[in-house]
Amino acid sequence: MYATSYHRASSVEDAVRLHGHSEESKYVSGGMTLIATMKQRLASPSDLVDLRHIGSMKGISVDGRRVTIGAGTPHAEVAASQAIMAVCPALCHLASHIGDPHVRHMGTIGGSVANNDPAADYPSAVLALDATVVTDRRSIPADGFFAGLFETALAEDEIITAIAFDAPDKAGYAKFANPASRYAMTGVFVAKTGGTVRVAVTGAGSDGVFRHAGLEQALQGNWSPDAPGSVMVDPSGLMADMHADAQYRANLVKVMAKRAVMAAG
Amino acid sequence: MTKVTLTVNGRTMSGECEDRMLLVHFIREKLALTGTHVGCDTTQCGTCVIHMDGHSVKSCSILAVQANGSVITTIEGLAAQGEMHPVQAAFKEHHGLQCGFCTPGMVMTAVDMINRRGGSLTEEVVRTELEGNICRCTGYHNIVKAVLAADAEMAAGRQAAE
Repeated sequence: MYATSYHRASSVEDAVRLHGHSEESKYVSGGMTLIATMKQRLASPSDLVDLRHIGSMKGISVDGRRVTIGAGTPHAEVAASQAIMAVCPALCHLASHIGDPHVRHMGTIGGSVANNDPAADYPSAVLALDATVVTDRRSIPADGFFAGLFETALAEDEIITAIAFDAPDKAGYAKFANPASRYAMTGVFVAKTGGTVRVAVTGAGSDGVFRHAGLEQALQGNWSPDAPGSVMVDPSGLMADMHADAQYRANLVKVMAKRAVMAAG
Repeated sequence: MTKVTLTVNGRTMSGECEDRMLLVHFIREKLALTGTHVGCDTTQCGTCVIHMDGHSVKSCSILAVQANGSVITTIEGLAAQGEMHPVQAAFKEHHGLQCGFCTPGMVMTAVDMINRRGGSLTEEVVRTELEGNICRCTGYHNIVKAVLAADAEMAAGRQAAE
């Protein structure tokens, strides 16, 4: 790992101020991606600004069906939240399958969403749930947030402080995990509210997480695990790597969509 | 250099390190507690698992400065007055190790698992919970047996105490 200077922020304002001291600063929360990347020398921030001790960024609140999750909330806490379980169990299921128990104790929802890894789980939930990404300076709708591989609408020094959404009537998540890394080789999150269905796919798109209009239309007409079977999923624009080619992933999108609807009930 | 102070196994311990030093190296090299191992160094194998503020974490993926001020338990902190922790005793009884390299991480993981889900563990749950720990000798069978036995014993202990 290259040398770096560590700064612990006491508040969101403090973090932005500390970040401003260098052009090569990076925020770190759980660090489950960033520290590993730094160890491989694929990232070399001159300064790290630690967000993990900012109290206002932690915790879960559920008010009726409005769910607000502090960006600094670790995956294990989301997975175990009885309040979220009561209104959107699919999100608890998703959180409980990220990495392993030790990673889930450190990794946070804000970090995962800000990093926008094309194979991360949370971006699919944020997009399918039509969530709002709340930052230190604005609220960004999910449809305008994800902007390609590891790219988001966030400014360089902008901090996600919370993820908020209205719990849908039904939701489900299914992923085909890479057998070694447990990242999603393809993961599909489905959410149904009234007559509207949103389907978001992670792990498959060359440009990262995306919504699939064909699957949304089919499920809007017929909310059933049978519906995705007749949908065409175009392999162009899907990732191809040593784990799976684009055709294989295109099929996985359909199969995971079926399983997600089955899980949603 | 930054001064890092931790409460390790009930004792306050300090050391100076570069900000880039990993917590596992700090524990091993600055605090001379070598029970916590470095295996893969890529966050996969789990030999470096310790407890930080009551939760199992991979100390190879956290900087020592990130942990500054926290309460740490390592494998050296489990045995009380020279008597093995029930999880350690169960690993011995059920031969839950061969070469022993992964064992500190396995034991710390098992203790965390029992803390969170004690009394409700099944073979399936234990195998799923061991997702972040790799053993290249045992094929996991005896490790799973040991965790289940320790869970049963600790649950019986809790009942007796009530």
